Amino acid sequence: MRSLIRRPAAPEMAIRRDPAPSRWGYRYQRMMLTPLYRNGMRIGLPILLVALIALSWFSHEANRKMLSDTYAEAVQAIHQRPEFMVASLKVEGGTEALQTEVSALVNVSFPVSSFDLDLAALRDKIEAVPAVQGAVVGVQPGGVLTVQVTPRVPVAIWRSEIGLQMIDAAGATVGPLTARSDRLDLPLIAGDGAKDALDEAMAIYAVAGPIAPRVRGLVRMGERRWDVVLDRDQRILLPTEAPVRAFERVIAMAQAEDLLAREVTVVDFRNDNRPTIRMMEPAVMEMRRINAALTGTGK
Amino acid sequence: MRQLYETQRAMRNMRKAAMQRGVIAILDVGTSKIACLVLRFDGPERFREQDGVGSMAGQSQFRVIGAATTRSRGVRFGEVDAMQETERAIRTALQAAQKMAAVRVDHVIACLSGARPKSYGLDGAVDVAGQVVTDQDIGRVLAACDMPDYGYDREVLHAHPVNFALDHRSGMADPRGQIGNRLTTDLHLLTVDASVLQNVLHCIKRCDLECAGLASSAYVSGISSLVEDEQELGAACIDMGGGATSLSVFMKKHMIYADSVRMGGDHVTNDISMGLQVPMATAERIKTFYGGVFATGMDDREMIEIGGDTGDWERDRRTVSRAELIGIMRPRVEEILEEVRQRLDAAGFEHLPSQQIVLTGGASQIPGLDGLASRILGSQVRLGRPLRVQGLPQAATGPAFSAAVGLTLFAAHPQDEWWDFEIPAERMSGRSFKKAVKWFKDNW
Repeated sequence: MRSLIRRPAAPEMAIRRDPAPSRWGYRYQRMMLTPLYRNGMRIGLPILLVALIALSWFSHEANRKMLSDTYAEAVQAIHQRPEFMVASLKVEGGTEALQTEVSALVNVSFPVSSFDLDLAALRDKIEAVPAVQGAVVGVQPGGVLTVQVTPRVPVAIWRSEIGLQMIDAAGATVGPLTARSDRLDLPLIAGDGAKDALDEAMAIYAVAGPIAPRVRGLVRMGERRWDVVLDRDQRILLPTEAPVRAFERVIAMAQAEDLLAREVTVVDFRNDNRPTIRMMEPAVMEMRRINAALTGTGK
Repeated sequence: MRQLYETQRAMRNMRKAAMQRGVIAILDVGTSKIACLVLRFDGPERFREQDGVGSMAGQSQFRVIGAATTRSRGVRFGEVDAMQETERAIRTALQAAQKMAAVRVDHVIACLSGARPKSYGLDGAVDVAGQVVTDQDIGRVLAACDMPDYGYDREVLHAHPVNFALDHRSGMADPRGQIGNRLTTDLHLLTVDASVLQNVLHCIKRCDLECAGLASSAYVSGISSLVEDEQELGAACIDMGGGATSLSVFMKKHMIYADSVRMGGDHVTNDISMGLQVPMATAERIKTFYGGVFATGMDDREMIEIGGDTGDWERDRRTVSRAELIGIMRPRVEEILEEVRQRLDAAGFEHLPSQQIVLTGGASQIPGLDGLASRILGSQVRLGRPLRVQGLPQAATGPAFSAAVGLTLFAAHPQDEWWDFEIPAERMSGRSFKKAVKWFKDNW
């Protein structure tokens, strides 16, 4: 008997009779099971997709500009935060004149972001000042740019063809000097190569002792030995070797026999074994006169 | 012959390549179902959880990572009947197994139950070349076996050297390194129809797979369902499949005889279908749910609804007693077993020291089959299930999968066959080399 109502097919008729995959479906599945393709699909394809999207976005000039502007703005916003702003300058160490000079050198218009400060360049600039031996530049909490200056300490005055200059123990120039009388506390050296033998000069000065007030300066002769120049145009010629010991002997002689108070122009100690003195003109005349009187000869 | 030898060698190389890649598929082309397992090889002892029991028959080195079965279409009597259908069925099973394993499989080892296997026992003898037996001597003695004329349209599927004898000592498994003069061997040769093999190979090739081995299902189900002492002392494995019942006789761990009866569970179903006038699907369902071979008084009262989908009430409400069903099934089962009995008698099974008979395969699940079989085949009958292998799904541990499981063991540890031994030097390339020498002598 045929049913008058069309009913849906019985479930067992509805099942697919052939579950076999098609040849291409089978091949596709096998291809997808290959590790190369699997990884390609899992990693390569997403990367490619993202890269493509990024490339197409970046290919527009406006997008690139927008990105760089946004970036610059963000950077600026961070730089301009009050935490990073520097408002004042503090210079420490050195004389007041030096501090003023350094302050003028810093030449930064405050307030400024600490990101915009080139501290290394600033330090190099400050250290280029002759009177400054070293400088530590840093930003302290609270927005203070601190410059700690270590000034050069002058130990001597060097007279050269360009004038008077103060030099420190290493021989570096500290600064020019207008007049000797400005720094009477410092010893004076002169002559070619005087600066290079500064240590020796300082050692000679150190033993000057009783005649120190009379010493006008040291002169380097022929870049090998020292002359001690005293007032009253007196000179002490020191040897190349062991000048300090020779100078001590001179001082000993000066104290014992009051040598330098006499009419002596030059005390020549270049030869240790045979110290020589040259007398002044009136003294020579006087001596000749006395000799003549004693011997009865001559004039 | 020569060509098949090379083919088998090529298959062995393919198997090695597959082992190195680590993945191989197992394909059991049966009449009622096509089973596909995907094995992963990870080297020995990889999956061992703790020390103690060592590897089980060397099978701990692989693991089943994919398994699928599909209803077989286009296969009859264990032979490819419709190529396209078979190819689609293989594709279905393989795709499902691959999907489960989530790896791509390129190599497959297949077995088939039909193709009219025929066993030959060969022997060869050769004088040992040096003092001791070397690989070369074994190759020579295997080559010295006189080939029977098995027909131009048949191919050698298995060639197991079953036994070696050196002078008067026989029963050696491995005579290499032993001192002796005369080496003889017994070779078991199994030939099948070449066209059937070609069909299976073609189907596999159409699925873009490389065939890494072929085996007879009689052999592989024997490997999986016979226990070790049964294989050693002598036993027969009867694999009752859908379209063919294959039997193999094992002795000293070697198959010495194999044959196939072209009847199986499908014929029982067919009988039920014809006897009760029901469709095959219904007949199959009735067989699996209510089937049996021994009728009792209880069975007369147990009525089975046969059903039908015709719309005719009288026809759709038919019932049949279980005794009637058994009355239909039993003669066919008896016929199959009688046929098996004849084959065993022909093989001289009664001369073996132990005459254990193991029934396996899907059709061996008929209740009471062991009792019936012991009446026909002999007293020592048991029902066999395949060995347990790592990772096999519970659904695939039944006797219907003994061929598939045996094939996994075959894939992992194939027994040495003729083509695994060295080619005798005089056969290999001697002639061409001699030719070259002669050419040099003549010309220089």
